[in-house]
Amino acid sequence: MADVRLSLDAFDPAAEIAAFNARQQYAGGIVTFLGQVRDSGGVEALELQHYEPMTLPGMQELARVTEKRWPLEGLLIVHRSGVMMPGDAIVLVAAAARHRRDAFAAADFAMDHLKSESWFWKREKTASGWRWIEPRPEDHEDISRWRA
Amino acid sequence: MGRLEDAAGAAELPVEPGPVEQVLARLDPALAVQLLGEKVRMALNGRLLTDVGGIVLAQGDELAFLPPVSGG
Repeated sequence: MADVRLSLDAFDPAAEIAAFNARQQYAGGIVTFLGQVRDSGGVEALELQHYEPMTLPGMQELARVTEKRWPLEGLLIVHRSGVMMPGDAIVLVAAAARHRRDAFAAADFAMDHLKSESWFWKREKTASGWRWIEPRPEDHEDISRWRA
Repeated sequence: MGRLEDAAGAAELPVEPGPVEQVLARLDPALAVQLLGEKVRMALNGRLLTDVGGIVLAQGDELAFLPPVSGG
């Protein structure tokens, strides 16, 4: 059963990973991905916005599809909404499977879909103010890999 | 949501119930053009719409305009 959460406040990725790993005694491999606010380009803050009626239900559906596609022992998805500072965690995905390739693929798939097919909007603050960030062409290329 | 909030000057706008075409016609034309942008998707009460044509907003309905998403 997947653990899927939308976090309105900062979360501790190390604690989340430790708690998830402790439940995966049947897994032979666990792949963990952490996305964080990078400290570069004069970015002072990053804001992720969500739409209450759709964002968490969409994440739950993504988890369901991911679990259907690969044989997983466990799946964790935690995504922040709100204002974050450089170094803050944005998204955490952990996939546990009997064999590593399923864990790698499932985490990769979930991340590609969180980046460009989940109900989040992102803007960054620099010295010149806030600016909305639209998806990059690479994000669409990443996701098209799964549509074969 | 997203950049459309800046265009609207607010996250939510209260509107009179009625056909969506009439609701949009009463908005600032520059905003309406952005809301009807090619990449903007729409959801009524949290359910994605494939076509806004023929939709009539009732009291309490929420119509969301969703620009391209960007997560992670």
